Amino acid sequence: MSTAVVNTGTEGKTWGGGNEPLKASYGKMMMWFFIVSDALTFSGFLAAYGFSRFKFIDAWPIADEVFTHFPFFHGVDAPMYYVAFMTFVLIMSSVTMVLAVDAGHHLNKSKVTIYMFLTIIGGIIFVGSQAWEWNTFIKGDYGAVQTKGGNILQFVDAEGHRVALKDFVVAGHNDRAKHESKNGLWFVNEGTLPTYTVQEVLHGLESHENVLVRTQKLTAEGEKTVLTRAESLKQIKDNGKLVVEGANLHVNEYGSPLFADFFFFITGFHGFHVFSGVVLNIIIFFNVVLGTYERRKSYEMVEKVGLYWHFVDLVWVFVFTFFYLV
Amino acid sequence: MAQEHKLEIFRGLVKFKSNTQKIWGVLIFLTIVTVIEVVLGIFKPESLMGYVLGMKALNWIFIILTIVKAYYITWDFMHMRDEAKGLRRAVVWTTIFLILYLVFILLQEGGYVFRVYDQGYITRDF
Repeated sequence: MSTAVVNTGTEGKTWGGGNEPLKASYGKMMMWFFIVSDALTFSGFLAAYGFSRFKFIDAWPIADEVFTHFPFFHGVDAPMYYVAFMTFVLIMSSVTMVLAVDAGHHLNKSKVTIYMFLTIIGGIIFVGSQAWEWNTFIKGDYGAVQTKGGNILQFVDAEGHRVALKDFVVAGHNDRAKHESKNGLWFVNEGTLPTYTVQEVLHGLESHENVLVRTQKLTAEGEKTVLTRAESLKQIKDNGKLVVEGANLHVNEYGSPLFADFFFFITGFHGFHVFSGVVLNIIIFFNVVLGTYERRKSYEMVEKVGLYWHFVDLVWVFVFTFFYLV
Repeated sequence: MAQEHKLEIFRGLVKFKSNTQKIWGVLIFLTIVTVIEVVLGIFKPESLMGYVLGMKALNWIFIILTIVKAYYITWDFMHMRDEAKGLRRAVVWTTIFLILYLVFILLQEGGYVFRVYDQGYITRDF
């Protein structure tokens, strides 16, 4: 009755079954394959960002001029310092995570506890910083005028320094009030109205001789084109359509609306990953404290969640490069 | 179950005594790379503004440094260095191939759309 069992001749070899040919547990391997698919998702987003940027390669916003704020240093021009700080926080929390994994290999419960705790703190600081970045980005600081064609016109003085709308435009009396559902159509919403109308901006521009318009177009040196006085007035008068303050999914005072869309989408998706990472870390942290892994004599769960955490850090390294540096 | 770790980086140029020490060493290296990136990003040296293969030399430097950082995060923090060859290749090569393919197609297409706007009969200047 030897027909019931088929001899393949591979018994006892690497792929003969009953082995771990990749020398990794099931859970760890699946975490790796999840990371592969998630990496492809993120690269899809970043490649789409690259597509849109290549499409408007001669008019894309300059990241240095967009992210210039640092908390508690109001009005100080600090390009990139805050993102660099955030990057460092995330790398640091990666380090505490890998130290926790290492302590887990030595079954050192108290050390794992401390390092997991520090990792969670790092993650929370990062998510908080991102919330602050979003807030600054949404509020905006200079304001701009959007044209009929959807281009953004910004304002500079004779030396090329940015000028905020509030520095030269006077808000007049406006009969147009914001529509609210309580005293109008209850099923219709309206966003916040801009502080100024295009007419008021035009008056402001006419009365301030030294203010010029800057377009989205990049010069050969990679700087934004500044128009002459006459052209500035003409552009606002003929093409100005909407005053834009800050950024949202429809308009963006820094330049192409796509820039804001991708900023919200990619950093938001990444921030969501960090947030879920923090939640997972907290669950594992409590398991460590309760001694679950101590009894199991294996801290492999810390290692798996650690893989995810490092992956989040890895993605940030790329987001940092493509959003803030390149 | 103290796992075995390979304790050298830069192809054996720098060797560490313990895994913990290696982690700090890699952190120092990553910090140096990040600082270089930020300094270059703020000062944007004029000498690196020339174009190499269709992109500014500075941007190439940023991308290469990013890949260097990604390598050390994966290899030392995620312990890819210690995994079996089969797992390492299944994860890394698959991802790199698919990403390169995707990026190539989308950037190529983006450049094409730009030229349509730029040289075609579509105007955006109003």
